[in-house]
Amino acid sequence: MNDRDNNSNKIISKAATDEYKYGFVTDVDTTILEKGLSEEVVRKISALKGEPDWLLEFRLKAYRHWTTLTPPRWGHLKMPEIDFQDISYYAAPRRKSESAEIDPELKRTFDKLGVPLEERLALSGMAVDAIMDSVSVHTSYKERLAELGVIFCPISEAVRDYPDLVRKHLGSVVPYTDNFYAALNSAVFSDGSFVYIPKGVRCPMELSSYFRINAAQTGQFERTLIVADDDSYVSYLEGCTAPMRDENQLHAAIVEIVLEERAEVKYSTVQNWYPGDKDGNGGIYNLVTKRGLCRGNGSKLSWTQVETGSAITWKYPSCILRGDNSVGEFYSVALTRNYQQADTGTKMIHLGRNTRSTIVSKGISAGHSQNSYRGMVKVVPRATGCRNYTQCDSLLLSDTSGAHTFPVIEVGNDSSVVEHEATTSKINEEQIFYCNQRGISTEDAVGLIVNGYAKEVMAKLPMEFAVEAQRLLSVSLEGSVG
Amino acid sequence: MNALQQYIDLYDAYRDTVEKASPAVMNRARVEARRALSQMALPVKGSEDYEATDLNAIFATDYGVNLNQMRWQGELRFSCDVPNLSTNVYYVLNDTFVAGASAREQDGLTVETLAQAALRHPDVLERCYGVLSHADSPTTALNTLLAQNGILIYVEAGYNAERPIQIVNVLNADMPLLAVRRVLVVAEPGSSVKVLVCDHTQNSSRNYLSSEVVEIVAREGSTVDYYHMEESTPQTSRLSDLYVRQEAGSNVLVDGITLTNGTTRNNYYIDVAGEHAQTRLLGMAIAGGEQHVDSYTRINHRAPRCKSDEMFKYVLTDRATGAFAGKILVQPDCPRVEAYQGNKNICGSKEAKMHTKPQLEIYTDDVKCSHGATVGQLDEEALFYMQTRGVSHEQARRLLMQAFVSDVIAGVRLDVLRERLYHLVERRLDGNDAMCADCRINK
Repeated sequence: MNDRDNNSNKIISKAATDEYKYGFVTDVDTTILEKGLSEEVVRKISALKGEPDWLLEFRLKAYRHWTTLTPPRWGHLKMPEIDFQDISYYAAPRRKSESAEIDPELKRTFDKLGVPLEERLALSGMAVDAIMDSVSVHTSYKERLAELGVIFCPISEAVRDYPDLVRKHLGSVVPYTDNFYAALNSAVFSDGSFVYIPKGVRCPMELSSYFRINAAQTGQFERTLIVADDDSYVSYLEGCTAPMRDENQLHAAIVEIVLEERAEVKYSTVQNWYPGDKDGNGGIYNLVTKRGLCRGNGSKLSWTQVETGSAITWKYPSCILRGDNSVGEFYSVALTRNYQQADTGTKMIHLGRNTRSTIVSKGISAGHSQNSYRGMVKVVPRATGCRNYTQCDSLLLSDTSGAHTFPVIEVGNDSSVVEHEATTSKINEEQIFYCNQRGISTEDAVGLIVNGYAKEVMAKLPMEFAVEAQRLLSVSLEGSVG
Repeated sequence: MNALQQYIDLYDAYRDTVEKASPAVMNRARVEARRALSQMALPVKGSEDYEATDLNAIFATDYGVNLNQMRWQGELRFSCDVPNLSTNVYYVLNDTFVAGASAREQDGLTVETLAQAALRHPDVLERCYGVLSHADSPTTALNTLLAQNGILIYVEAGYNAERPIQIVNVLNADMPLLAVRRVLVVAEPGSSVKVLVCDHTQNSSRNYLSSEVVEIVAREGSTVDYYHMEESTPQTSRLSDLYVRQEAGSNVLVDGITLTNGTTRNNYYIDVAGEHAQTRLLGMAIAGGEQHVDSYTRINHRAPRCKSDEMFKYVLTDRATGAFAGKILVQPDCPRVEAYQGNKNICGSKEAKMHTKPQLEIYTDDVKCSHGATVGQLDEEALFYMQTRGVSHEQARRLLMQAFVSDVIAGVRLDVLRERLYHLVERRLDGNDAMCADCRINK
């Protein structure tokens, strides 16, 4: 037993020293707004972005509401008090010269991150909106998409070019009154992507945003708005990284998705913010509100997330199934190690008749981490014939980690069926023994078993992402064998 | 105003009366309860722990409290006819204890009031009263503040009490009444005991609130079965807190059955403190009309190699509402714990509502824990199958519902009681009173 403990300690310390490979800092001139938050700052952000009055009004309303709120405490998270006056709310990499399309330094950064901004280098069939700190750096394939009528641009551009569309949908799914962080985001949001898919269009390529926090002592508050009109389809990917720093940085984003009749949206996230070091110092606080409104009949929204980063994750991508026969899906793998904490899950609100939802959540906890699933399935009385299936499994890789499940189920009629299943266990020793017997080392065996365990979710990711996510999972797992 | 305040005021005003009649240990516990109560407000409906149950609505009635321990004047016409159950029967009329005719002395087993216990088993009372219950539950604090007496069931070490103990709680008063009941079960090492508690309401025209705190101390290697069955009226509210502490190798079964009621909230707190302890927690509710049944369970595993198995089943019809919140906690350094939790529900009508929150909090890796929750309907195909074979739709429904709850009944470790329960559930599903045929309590 001692031998095994020693051995696993060795492996764990090796894992802990594994470097976070995206932890570099880009040396780029950055305009940073002074720290602190006030109406003045909100006005300044709005002015910097040259926004119309209605948006400033929206921000100010959100700010005033935010001042009346206190941070939510119900998460299974140990979070130190955040000083919201000690954060800079706007940071923009400065352009070196007006002529160059993209700053070469930025281009190098994104190349290093594996996000090529030049179209010829890009994986075929993927348009990227790259966002560094508070501004969008570049959006590729804009023109080609425009031919189909697809709008894919930074949200600040969309405010300028398509004010009616943005105004109609902004805050319609996540109102600024929704929660503390949503109010904060609504007040100070900087950039993010805007997507509009017109009626009947199947977006020919994957759309993707890549978020990067670079500047120190700033927060990132991006806002993504996706509108899928009748009979349209889009698959959207989101990736994110940040440099290694001792301080905690705040990331409070909002993603809103509106789906009209028979529209289908697939939203995939591979979240790899800097998780902090092996002692739990530094790392990103990822406090995100993501929600989709299936407004039209027969629409379908599918969330897939692979969460491996962030010191603290507080995130519940949700579906409001208002249209009859609409479908919501949530597939999640959350891996925590060292002192990471994750409290994540989903909400499926069944308002329409015959709506269906599926939740598959896989948690993996190693080191001293805490990993929670928190979810809600609600069926209102008039939503007859609804169906939900929830499965959430937790795998514990160390005896110092924790795995928790907090589901809520509310059913208000007699024709709906809701099922919830959850298990918590450690890796089956027999399976490891079986692998060992066949010459597979314990570590590889764990990797194999975990990958098999997460496969159900991985299979839902678009191909390019799946490869990345699988690699990420095995890198993060390396040495976590207890 | 805080609905609890009037009871604090009542206590302050009649403190001497309350304390005079009670053993010292009960009076000591009141200090903390009074402090805790005065600092808390009644949880509002929708708050984390009281999502579906409206305590404020329950406390809206101005209940009287039997502070002077007046004896109930009515005639006791009751005999439990469960065949061969041959229990030692005791009655609790509102909140006062009456030894039944069939109560027989048994060596090694004592059933007495807490006041008697203060004289005969002071050490047991000192050691166990109020130790498990915690004042941060408003319902427990209120009970501790106002309880003047209660029942002690004490089983000596190594004694195997074969005859089950039956406690029949009867509510009957000519005014709205808050009945404060308290039970303490102490099973010394290696002993075993079975307790059956039945709740009845006789005068159904009044609003009643029964507040019950049960503490069960299961010492090393003891076996305790605690069955609770509620057959009350729509005007009856019940707020119960049941606390169990299990020492090494103990085996505890708790089974809560609600057949007819008004508003019921049952809290179960099980503290698994010793290795190799086994816990079985079962619950069942058949609710129609406006019935409301809410169960809150918390099993805290803080010793290695323990096993717990929890299953709650609800059948809801009409406008009934059901709620279940279960938490399994496995503390750090408790390897080889196996914990299972299940909550299965049938919504049999359009307006029936179910809220369920099955939760796991696990801090040790070498465990096997799972939970499952379903809310659904009867199997259409099974219904159809039976109809093709000449079973009427109604009857087929009843059969399926009966089958649905049968595994909770099957967990009962008392053969005659199990048989009787099958029978009662059948009657209840037929739409009849779930009374035992000869139970004259309601006549």
